[in-house]
Amino acid sequence: MFPILQLGPAAIPVAPIVLLAGVLLGATLIEWHAARLGLDRDAVSNMVYLALAAGLIGARLGYVIQHLDAFANDLLSIVMPTPTTLDPLSGLVCAIGAGVLYAVRYQLPLWRTLDALTPGIVIMGIALGIAHLASGDAFGAPAQLPWSIRLWEEDRHPSQAYEILAALAILILWRLGRDRSPFDGFQFLLVAALFAGSVLVLEAFRGDSWLFRGWRISQALALGILALSLVALHLLSRSHPTASPLARTGEILIGTEREP
Amino acid sequence: MSDFLVSRRFYAFAVAVLLLGAAWTIQSRVPLSDAAGGQLTSPREGFPAPEFTLEDFQGAPLASSSLRGQVVVINVWTSWCGPCRAEMPALERVYIAEKSRGLVVLGVNSTIQDNETDARGLARELGITFPLLLDRDGAVTSRYRVRALPTTFIVDRRGIIRSVMIGGPLAEAALRSKINALLAEP
Repeated sequence: MFPILQLGPAAIPVAPIVLLAGVLLGATLIEWHAARLGLDRDAVSNMVYLALAAGLIGARLGYVIQHLDAFANDLLSIVMPTPTTLDPLSGLVCAIGAGVLYAVRYQLPLWRTLDALTPGIVIMGIALGIAHLASGDAFGAPAQLPWSIRLWEEDRHPSQAYEILAALAILILWRLGRDRSPFDGFQFLLVAALFAGSVLVLEAFRGDSWLFRGWRISQALALGILALSLVALHLLSRSHPTASPLARTGEILIGTEREP
Repeated sequence: MSDFLVSRRFYAFAVAVLLLGAAWTIQSRVPLSDAAGGQLTSPREGFPAPEFTLEDFQGAPLASSSLRGQVVVINVWTSWCGPCRAEMPALERVYIAEKSRGLVVLGVNSTIQDNETDARGLARELGITFPLLLDRDGAVTSRYRVRALPTTFIVDRRGIIRSVMIGGPLAEAALRSKINALLAEP
């Protein structure tokens, strides 16, 4: 593992670089997939970058608001690039809020736009696993197995490798199901269900889970997301009973007049 | 696929998946006796901080274990490191302001990659009053896996590392935002 890349006087943590690469690759794939689904690729791209910017600003502002007493006399430090002074939850809320506002403003169809985001979500899942491997975060529980890795002074489950493999498997499944989507929203809900399922299973091998009275919080959240995804898949399929799989692909929607 | 999603087989599939998921969640619950955390020490957030004993500039030994019960900021630095030099005044200000509330700042000079004369000179020049320790053989630099300078570890009153900040210079506000809540803890 190489947590720090030392370039002259600059100490650059590898994990954020991997995440940044994931964001850029994911955003590119989202643009491409949006066009494929017949969406305005520029509008979707703008929405993604707006959400990212809002997420970053929101994460910092959220942190500052929670520690207002510390920042009150040193306002300039609010804009200093200190990665440890970000609040992920605030960032997530702001990113989703900005994305939703943009989508409403430019009348992007909800479920198809969410479908367009799926390759980006899957790529970010892979990038997150690699970033965890680079930094040693999200480490596994102690285990004596032939495939255990030595990390933080103990032999452990290679939980980061599990995470990467699961995300790669989801990428393959998404790719296989991409052209067979029976209705808008299918790809997004499929990926959401698969990620929730992978967290549900793999969290058990983690050595750093957030716990509440012994319960792993991520597993409870994943179980909830899995249930919601399955219910949403069922409800959406009922409201879109039949449709030609081919009619759902972008090329055909763009290039062909459908018969009444 | 659409047919499957509206069929009774899908209900059965969904219920089976959720029941299996719930069973797995129960099965993988961490026993309360283990949930409190083991005694494994490691230089990362959530782990007990590795203990060490180093001499200060006057040759007096200081054991990190003796500081249990206080919030400890461990700042690893060298005299030739620009960001280390730049953040020292902020560390000093926070130390002066908060030491009565139980804050200790330890400036661990990574002497193995520095020299004592320069380190003393910098401390004198900046008027540093918090304890400055000499890591002559690099043992602490190594045990704390310091790969970039400066690196700052914030340890709570129970000896658990709560924050690791790699690189600098560290803003005073960022430092205060990390320690204020810890100082308020019993």
